[in-house]
Amino acid sequence: MDLNYTPRQQAFRQEVRAWLKDNLPAQKLASYDTCEGFEQHREWERKLFDARLSMVMWPEELGGRGCDLTEWLIFEEEYYGADAPMRVNQNGQLLLGPTLMEFGTEEQKKRFLPRMAASDDMWAQAWSEPNAGSDMAAISSKAIRDGDHYVINGQKTWSTRAIYADWAFGLFRSDADSKRHHGLSFLMVPLDAEGVTIRPIKALNGKDAFAEIFFDNVRVPVENRIGEEGSGWHVAMATAGFERGLLLRSPARFQQPVRKLVELYKANQAAADRDPSIRDAVMDVWAGAESYALSAYQSVGRLARGEKIGAESSINKIIWSELDLKIHETAMRILGARGELLSSAPQNQDDHGWLEGFLFAQAGPIYAGANEIQRNIIAERMLGLPKA
Amino acid sequence: MDFTFTDDERAFQDAISRFLMTEAAPEALREIWETDAGRSPDLRNKMAEQGLTALSIPEEAGGLGMGDVVWSLMTQELGYYGIPDSLADTAYVSAGLIAALPETVADRNGWLEQIAEGSIRIAVGHPVNPLVADAHLADFTLLNHEGEIHAVPRSLIDVEHNASIDSSRRLCRVMWEPSNSTRVADAETGAPIWEEALNRGALSVAGQLLGLAQRMLDLSVDYVAQRKQFGKPIGSFQAVKHHLADVASKIEFAKPVLYRAAYSLQHGQADAALHISQAHVACAEAAHLAARHGIQVHGAMGYTWEVDLQMFMKRTWALESSWGDRAFHKARISAAIFADDAPLGPGQTFGRS
Ligand SMILES: Cc1cc2nc3c(=O)[nH]c(=O)nc-3n(C[C@H](O)[C@H](O)[C@H](O)COP(=O)(O)OP(=O)(O)OC[C@H]3O[C@@H](n4cnc5c(N)ncnc54)[C@H](O)[C@@H]3O)c2cc1C
Repeated sequence: MDLNYTPRQQAFRQEVRAWLKDNLPAQKLASYDTCEGFEQHREWERKLFDARLSMVMWPEELGGRGCDLTEWLIFEEEYYGADAPMRVNQNGQLLLGPTLMEFGTEEQKKRFLPRMAASDDMWAQAWSEPNAGSDMAAISSKAIRDGDHYVINGQKTWSTRAIYADWAFGLFRSDADSKRHHGLSFLMVPLDAEGVTIRPIKALNGKDAFAEIFFDNVRVPVENRIGEEGSGWHVAMATAGFERGLLLRSPARFQQPVRKLVELYKANQAAADRDPSIRDAVMDVWAGAESYALSAYQSVGRLARGEKIGAESSINKIIWSELDLKIHETAMRILGARGELLSSAPQNQDDHGWLEGFLFAQAGPIYAGANEIQRNIIAERMLGLPKA
Repeated sequence: MDFTFTDDERAFQDAISRFLMTEAAPEALREIWETDAGRSPDLRNKMAEQGLTALSIPEEAGGLGMGDVVWSLMTQELGYYGIPDSLADTAYVSAGLIAALPETVADRNGWLEQIAEGSIRIAVGHPVNPLVADAHLADFTLLNHEGEIHAVPRSLIDVEHNASIDSSRRLCRVMWEPSNSTRVADAETGAPIWEEALNRGALSVAGQLLGLAQRMLDLSVDYVAQRKQFGKPIGSFQAVKHHLADVASKIEFAKPVLYRAAYSLQHGQADAALHISQAHVACAEAAHLAARHGIQVHGAMGYTWEVDLQMFMKRTWALESSWGDRAFHKARISAAIFADDAPLGPGQTFGRS
């Protein structure tokens, strides 16, 4: 055990810190759940890419720097510590990206990964359907083979930022007679293809944050399939692992708001201390964010030793989503009667955006596999308890 | 940056675990409880043979020269098997305290050698604990008089026994008179040594609590897989599953907190006290939840004297306020994180950058 950063790691931290200081947008970008904000974020992603900082752990030939996971954690610490913009193409970069690296052909990697790193292509996820939420094996959208194409018919829903995105990836039933986990294929679909209709869904924050996607005889070439025909479930489970595991929610993303929460508490201490449990809640989320960070470094060490992280990623998912909720709930309690004010309200004093964060935190225990489902997975796969 | 244990360290932990599994089965522990002393010289000798008492004694005094990081694995085993206080108090907490005494203390090296051999029991009376565990049979007790450190032989103290809910505990109120012959360090020398002993005691308890949590989880998993109601194992019911999944989560996320705290103490880091209090709180929460959910999923069986769960629950309830109760550790955390120079935000996890 050696909990010191190497000189190389320290130098990398300094480099990232300096670059961010020189290059951060002068003005806060508009919300990436709006058309305007989405394009602003794409601009920012290109700037990151030009500095080879958009995907630091990808190999150089794909536009990255070949960093290891420790360096990635360092990057994330500097990134969130500097209040840099949210990463708009995470669904592609952090979920589809690793999936392609593991299951994609060389050609697919060359075709998709550099453009993804540069955010030339923006990606949406298309798993959920009206009748397939937690029970993803109930997917009924079909992709039936016709020569060297698939013909897609059906409906996906809750697809984050799909109205702005260029591509979607997801699971489709390629064997019309198949049931449950069998006969599914993992496909990448251009969202400007003929027969694709996208309808925005207004989210809790009033913005078009997600969308329904309708497929009406949409033709997709077979080279857009990842993995074997019919083995999509297996590929998708790997993607789900990335989502629940480390990558999607790095610890820095919670340590930064915790730092601000401590500041918020101190700035409003006299009022906050009328409810003594607030101070304890602040301490509790501090401890939660720290233990999440420690666990991440531990996982990175274990991965470096060649160990595998399995059902533990379900624990991760529960921890970060419930932590995020508690951070924002505590902030709202401190803001008290002004907490409800939108950022446009003249009397709003919330310059961090706690309310917006509070709204989004409500979704954490639901998306990426609802927490009840994660608890089932922990009980069945980690503890070996019998299935219902 | 490498936040993992070596294969050797893990192998040592496995060896101790296998040894305790056979030598310290619950039936054996229950028999030992029934004795007045509450301790088994035979078990102690065997643990010494395994090298446990020599773990952190310097090599020149016949020890293995390891530190808090390895102890953070061992204390989990001690907790898992419900090993009574005097082993960790002697071989870990006292060993650290004595090693920190000035070389001029005549008995220092001799004591360290005796600890390594397993031929001595030492109790520690830190003011944070109202009573002293195992003072009744310790060869001597390390005691605090106005900040000084005194090593007081058994013959010079009177003890008043105070029974605990944890049948393995032997808590004593200690009555004694400080004298020049018992003093081994003055108050100035003693202050940092007592502080370090407190941190080490808290870390020792944190590790044991985490081991206890794992034991209660394992007992509960076994029980719910085998007990049937409504024609099915109760472990197939979701409410039961989620109780135990929550315990597993708490344990999993307390572990790295414990390990980092051990590393901080071993390497004398500035935030060691904060890290240790964080570990004490996290491990106590894991154990407390493991007890609560453990008894819940055991049904009435969990409320019996007969089922072993009780041994580990009661030890949890005893230890969670030992070497600093929750209020003590929360107060230390509070002082640290609301301070002006608090180590907050990304990049501060392993020291201020
Ligand atoms: C902000 C946001 C962004 C999203 N982005 C995307 C996206 O980009 N692409 C995409 O495909 N999907 C996305 N989703 C959808 C998300 O994956 C689903 O919401 C999620 O899988 C849950 O499905 P559901 O909403 O149908 O809820 P349901 O499955 O109907 O669940 C409702 C409740 O019932 C519980 N429940 C269901 N089954 C069980 C069970 N077996 N045991 C115990 N409890 C159970 C759930 O835990 C939940 O509490 C997003 C959702 C949100 C909120």
